[in-house]
Amino acid sequence: MTPSLSGILLQGGFNLRPASASTMAPDVDHLYFILTGISIFFSVLIFGLILYFMIKYRKRSDAIPPPTRMSIPLEVTWIVIPVLICAFLFVRASAVFVHYQDPPSGSLEIFVVGKQWMWHIQHSEGPREINQLHIPIGVPIKLTMTSQDVIHDFFVPAFRQKMDVVPGRYTTEWFQATQLGTYHFFCSQYCGTSHSGMIGWVTVMKPEDYAGWLRSNATPESSAVAGRRLFSQFGCEGCHAPDGAGKGPSLTGIFGKTAALENGETRTVDEGFIRQMIVNPASLPVSNYPQIMPTFSGQLDEEQIMQLVAYIKSLGGTEGSK
Amino acid sequence: MSASVAEIPVESRVHYLNVDYGIKSWLFTTDHKRIALLYLGSITLMFFIGGIAALMMRLNLLEPNGAIVNPETYNKLFSMHGIVMVWFFLVPSIPATLGNFLVPLMIGARDVAFPKLNLLSWYIFIIGACFTLYAVISGGVDTGWTFYTPLSSLYLTTHVLAAASGIFITGFSSILTGLNFIVTIHRMRAPGLTWFRLPLFIWSLYATSVIFVLATPVLATTLMLVGLERVFHAGFFDPRLGGDPILFEHLFWFYSHPAVYIMILPAMGVISELITAFSKKRIFGYKAIAYSSMAIALVGFFVWGHHMFVSGQSAYAGLIFSALSFAVAIPSSVKVFNWTATLYKGSISYDAPMLYALGFIGLFTMGGLTGLFLASMAVDVHVHDTYFVIAHFHYIMVGGAVMGYLGGIHFWWPKITGRLYPDVWARLAAVTIFLGFNLTFFPQYILGYLGMPRRFAMYPPEFQALNVLSTAGASILGIGYFIPFIYLLWSIRYGPVAPANPWGAKGLEWERAPSPPPKENFEEIPVVTEGAYMYGNPESYNV
Repeated sequence: MTPSLSGILLQGGFNLRPASASTMAPDVDHLYFILTGISIFFSVLIFGLILYFMIKYRKRSDAIPPPTRMSIPLEVTWIVIPVLICAFLFVRASAVFVHYQDPPSGSLEIFVVGKQWMWHIQHSEGPREINQLHIPIGVPIKLTMTSQDVIHDFFVPAFRQKMDVVPGRYTTEWFQATQLGTYHFFCSQYCGTSHSGMIGWVTVMKPEDYAGWLRSNATPESSAVAGRRLFSQFGCEGCHAPDGAGKGPSLTGIFGKTAALENGETRTVDEGFIRQMIVNPASLPVSNYPQIMPTFSGQLDEEQIMQLVAYIKSLGGTEGSK
Repeated sequence: MSASVAEIPVESRVHYLNVDYGIKSWLFTTDHKRIALLYLGSITLMFFIGGIAALMMRLNLLEPNGAIVNPETYNKLFSMHGIVMVWFFLVPSIPATLGNFLVPLMIGARDVAFPKLNLLSWYIFIIGACFTLYAVISGGVDTGWTFYTPLSSLYLTTHVLAAASGIFITGFSSILTGLNFIVTIHRMRAPGLTWFRLPLFIWSLYATSVIFVLATPVLATTLMLVGLERVFHAGFFDPRLGGDPILFEHLFWFYSHPAVYIMILPAMGVISELITAFSKKRIFGYKAIAYSSMAIALVGFFVWGHHMFVSGQSAYAGLIFSALSFAVAIPSSVKVFNWTATLYKGSISYDAPMLYALGFIGLFTMGGLTGLFLASMAVDVHVHDTYFVIAHFHYIMVGGAVMGYLGGIHFWWPKITGRLYPDVWARLAAVTIFLGFNLTFFPQYILGYLGMPRRFAMYPPEFQALNVLSTAGASILGIGYFIPFIYLLWSIRYGPVAPANPWGAKGLEWERAPSPPPKENFEEIPVVTEGAYMYGNPESYNV
């Protein structure tokens, strides 16, 4: 059955913006309104002038009108005014962007792995979901994301937030939901045949409902516990003994510390550092230790690597000392 | 158009079209005017191929689950649409047709600096086009026009190599054309034709040529790396081998953002010519417009990172790219204000080319203003890779570049063919295109802010209403593009013979050369004694 055009128009409604369900959404909408206002102002100004000139100065005879001289003050005016407007927009928009770059400390951490063509989501407490993300309202949520294959992008229109999900590295995105409800999330970076099917739902719940959801979806082990199992299964403890007696460093309390590399650079031991150390240790020659760690690339999938990261984080340390 | 007018006998004068006949006289010509027509025919064919792909996409989006094709085919359609339209229509459109035809005529030269190289450029273009069409016919390619890695380099099994080779080869056509124009404009201007007496169309093509020469090699390199990655698994962009997929994005956009200016700058040059010719006024702020072209070409090289605000690039890099992206908006706005001021106290007539020019200013202004949304990082995060971006760049590239191209074609058609086209039909087409365009693409701004991602073969039902509107607009737009195709072809045989200067316009091509011009353009090389666009009494300019 094909619905009529008017039926589609009526049923679709004419919303001009999506639901506003995060702390970031009103800030972005505010900028959007300012920009729309500026656009309408200049459109009306320019189109109004053009229409006025079109009518007033339409050709009435073959006489050639006398020339108008170029006016330097006029040229300067219409350079300076746009410059000031652009500077204002740049400052306002950048401030919002920077504010929503780094997640606040104490954010609830959730791992996301994109793969053609589904989203695997791993809560720290253990529950795993596919194309579904359950989160509590009013709590900052930090997504640590990577891709198993090509570049994806985790986009939640109702939160006005998105970030590419890139193979070979971790990217992060955070938001804090302000409205209960269920909202679409999309893959917005073209990723192959079923790109448009890589869709899911975010469910924003009351904290107590979220706690209940975690309980009813409880798994035998949390991410960190699963990571500990992998840690011994792959023989990591052989070198990374907790007491530091192995060939490699003890990982207790290492998260958030600064690591010195042989070339003199320093790097913060964060999620991305640990991931890189597991899959490509040769690219991170740490001072004071022999370069003997083998790569685990190909032996562990991204979700297992994330569990190992969660385990190493659970061993303590200070986060965000950069 | 009455039949009697159509039967006026063809002039017996010898000109570039009748100087010799036969297929060889065209395929081996080194006359810049004939090469322009070779390009015109080739890119018109490519435009309709890309256009058919667009119409099929719009039809498919009538229904949330896809009305006519499966996602696999849809992905090939938008890839083909992008690749064909960007590299085989928009990039060569104005430079290779109007540019080739007009550069020597406007600067008072008999041909471009390297006529044989000019013909070679066309052959290279055709070879590139054949590779791309082979990729299409043999099953298509589904990379999108952006060829993002590692999708294009490691995952897709379609004809990526053929398509990439086609673009790689065509790039050399761009480089050679740019080189030819730069040398021609530097070395072959008529006596007295100083830089600031040049028509602004020449300034815009000069700026475009600089981008051709500097940016296109980067694209060629990038595509070659993708090829090496596909064939030998070289690992430039594969993180498992220590490569970085983001590196591809940097390289790709280092070319592809300046390429946007390759597409729009020549159209801006055309508009400068049209506005002044149809308001019978010297252009307002000649130097401001000329310098703004160069400023756009220069700053345009340093804004590529705004395509990557959500790619994971550093926030500091993002801030700088955002500031520079705002900066590149300024010279564009300078042009719009100067065009508007040119109309002031003019004597404005509304022939078809002027309607296209006014349509250009309206659509380009809206495209430019929505560019500010995308330069604003926090807003870009939300609308990045959504239909908002699609709407924005179509306002620039179709509303801007294609309107400019059609305006230019209509303006110089009498010069090119020696024939007039029916003005009523031409005005009707201009209005149809303007309305169809807005109905197609304005709803996409709203769709984008609502969150509909681009390149979606299927979509949630809440987006359907706006998609239906957009498709309705696309069908009107399609008709609008087809009308000129018909009456322009008709005019070649049946149109009234054009006088040398039907618009009463200034410029060497109108005042010193008949329509169509002779093979050598001018009997005698003209000597230029005044600046561009000095309408009316020359004394009045000495005040």
